Amino acid sequence: MSLLEVSDLHVSFRTTDGDVQAVRGVSFALESGRTLGIVGESGSGKSVCTQTLLGLTTGARVRGTARFEGEDLLAMSEDEFRAVRGAKIAAIFQDPLSSLHPLYKVGWQIVEMIRAHEPVTRAVARRRAVDLLGLVGIPHPAQRVDDYPHQFSGGMRQRALIAMALALEPKLVIADEPTTALDATVQAQILDLLLRLQQENGMALIMITHDLGVIAGLADEVMVMYAGRAAERADRRGLYYRAHHPYTNGLLESIPSSSAAGARLRPIPGQPPSLIRLPSGCAFHPRCAFAMDRCVREQPELASVEDGVRHASACWLPGHLLGTTEEMKRARQDASAAGRTVERVPGQTPGQDRAVEEGAA
Amino acid sequence: MSEPLMTEPPTTEPPTAEPLVEVREAVKYFPIRQGIVFKREVGRVHAVEGVSLTVRRGETLGLVGETGCGKSTLARCITKLHPLTSGTLLFEGRDITGLSRSQVRPFRRRMQMIFQDPYGSLNPRRRVGSIIGDPFAIHGEGARDERKPRVQELMELVGLNPEHYNRFPAEFSGGQRQRIGVARALALKPSLIVADEPVSALDVSIQAQILNLLEDLQREFGLTYVFISHDLSVVRHVSDRIAVMYLGQVVELAASEELHGRPRHPYTNALLSAASVADPDQAAARQRIVLAGDVPSPIAPPTGCRFHPRCPKAQEICVQQTPPLLAAAGDPDAHLTACHFPVEPGEDLTRVTATIPEEERAE
Repeated sequence: MSLLEVSDLHVSFRTTDGDVQAVRGVSFALESGRTLGIVGESGSGKSVCTQTLLGLTTGARVRGTARFEGEDLLAMSEDEFRAVRGAKIAAIFQDPLSSLHPLYKVGWQIVEMIRAHEPVTRAVARRRAVDLLGLVGIPHPAQRVDDYPHQFSGGMRQRALIAMALALEPKLVIADEPTTALDATVQAQILDLLLRLQQENGMALIMITHDLGVIAGLADEVMVMYAGRAAERADRRGLYYRAHHPYTNGLLESIPSSSAAGARLRPIPGQPPSLIRLPSGCAFHPRCAFAMDRCVREQPELASVEDGVRHASACWLPGHLLGTTEEMKRARQDASAAGRTVERVPGQTPGQDRAVEEGAA
Repeated sequence: MSEPLMTEPPTTEPPTAEPLVEVREAVKYFPIRQGIVFKREVGRVHAVEGVSLTVRRGETLGLVGETGCGKSTLARCITKLHPLTSGTLLFEGRDITGLSRSQVRPFRRRMQMIFQDPYGSLNPRRRVGSIIGDPFAIHGEGARDERKPRVQELMELVGLNPEHYNRFPAEFSGGQRQRIGVARALALKPSLIVADEPVSALDVSIQAQILNLLEDLQREFGLTYVFISHDLSVVRHVSDRIAVMYLGQVVELAASEELHGRPRHPYTNALLSAASVADPDQAAARQRIVLAGDVPSPIAPPTGCRFHPRCPKAQEICVQQTPPLLAAAGDPDAHLTACHFPVEPGEDLTRVTATIPEEERAE
């Protein structure tokens, strides 16, 4: 049994403009000691997905199951849930300033967190808070424990939040863009710290990010999300070197890389769809250079594309076309041409704004 | 459509060495005041201190550094949004440091800015057409009814639908808003565009669209860019030369590939080693130089070399003397480094132990 098994999760929000379908049938499993990276752009549903696991999407309509140690998180009462959240599942968020209360000392906030879940005295909890701050690399923890959040730098605040998340030795840590607000050198420190702590404690980690670079060095498995669904899921090397889904390949090619400095970037044309009015069929088809007739009609499910390894992609293109070599690109062109009777220009759909890929030149 | 707006022949000549902007010994302090009636100055933020650099016509100069290193302040000083505390600013060979608001106006149209936040930099209550047409109105170009076709041409140029002239910014996505910002900056045919983190707020796939657009426009109109970003891979992609800033000073300045291939300043080395790469094997093979501590406060910057409290190679002299920005031995003349002990090629900074114990380092 996996530590966490999410199956067929749907989350939608009712708004005056219509229902926002933020997550549309996501399934994944995670074992202890492993790291899952969830990658996607704004509006891909990556954060809503995990916030639902933490019970933070109030007012949303949720369908599906999320079994944690065999118990369905989504079916729990508020009291049952409170015993799990914080103690067994902890979260680290993007903005370390708004995640700490500005009027309480950092140490006090960690002490409260420990005492809310365990019957220990203030003095014992305080000693643990000092140890934890030392563990995450805050200098002079015995003095800094009495500082207020504004006395900490951005990197130190994020360290304090990690200390708080780890206080009760959770089995699962969900980190939602933990380094996005930080500078590159601090980001490197925090990622190293998370990886080290995970190896020491054997906890499972879900890393949510929009930046494929952040998790290239630390995720065991990566799930790419687009418009509320998983587009592709593979182990780390499979995803970066043998990606199948045109969206994953597009993302990888959009990043200015060191190997091809100065070369022209190949952006994905157009922009992500509205989650209220989703395109028919595959949600990516209006931006896809390989869209076929079938893609407009039918929504593809995640299906295995490589033998012997866990590598699944939700795309109608033939499974063996992996990676971004010229040969593979040609093969993809041929395959999509065979399944196409109408010419399509990626990024341009009738009735939508003209989103020009190459500017006007 | 009437006569095209931008009919100047595309600039075909390669970037010349002719300087467009020269900054000499630029210093910018922000005073910290206290008190109600008598606002005493109790301290000052040393945002930019003693920066000298040249932006050549037609090139892209990248400015990189972490939060608080003064890169945005320097950019705003270049476009005269902030007055310099001391130092000289030359634009197209003329000293514009001391010019008054009205005197500087003719220069303003030659230099434009693109901002980071495509939401905060557009007035939500005004229509896109009038936002893009603002530069014409401010500089008194063309009658009101003449402006519309020119604005629509600009919209077309940056890849917006000219029919959306009457829409509000809220009706556009982040990437499209950034295109609006680009169109506004282009309106008066500037020679210099200062772009302050123009793609940082955008998703990866949209970021690439905007970078390509900026590249096309530069080629077409021979624009000069000062491109600010904290993202090294983006800066490397767009820049001809890169200046690395730390706590208000330029610590290294070199051609883009030279800087990435042979970084000499320990801070540049650390910054490059910390940049994320979207490649698992490269990420696994790389040795990160983890810097100790945080960036010190710019209110009371460290003595000597400002990087010394965090530098793995710091020695006694680094605490006492500020290293000048010079070409180090063995470097080409255009590769400048401000360091007493530049990193040698092949040197492994992850193993260097500092010569000064932490307790003795000046705060």
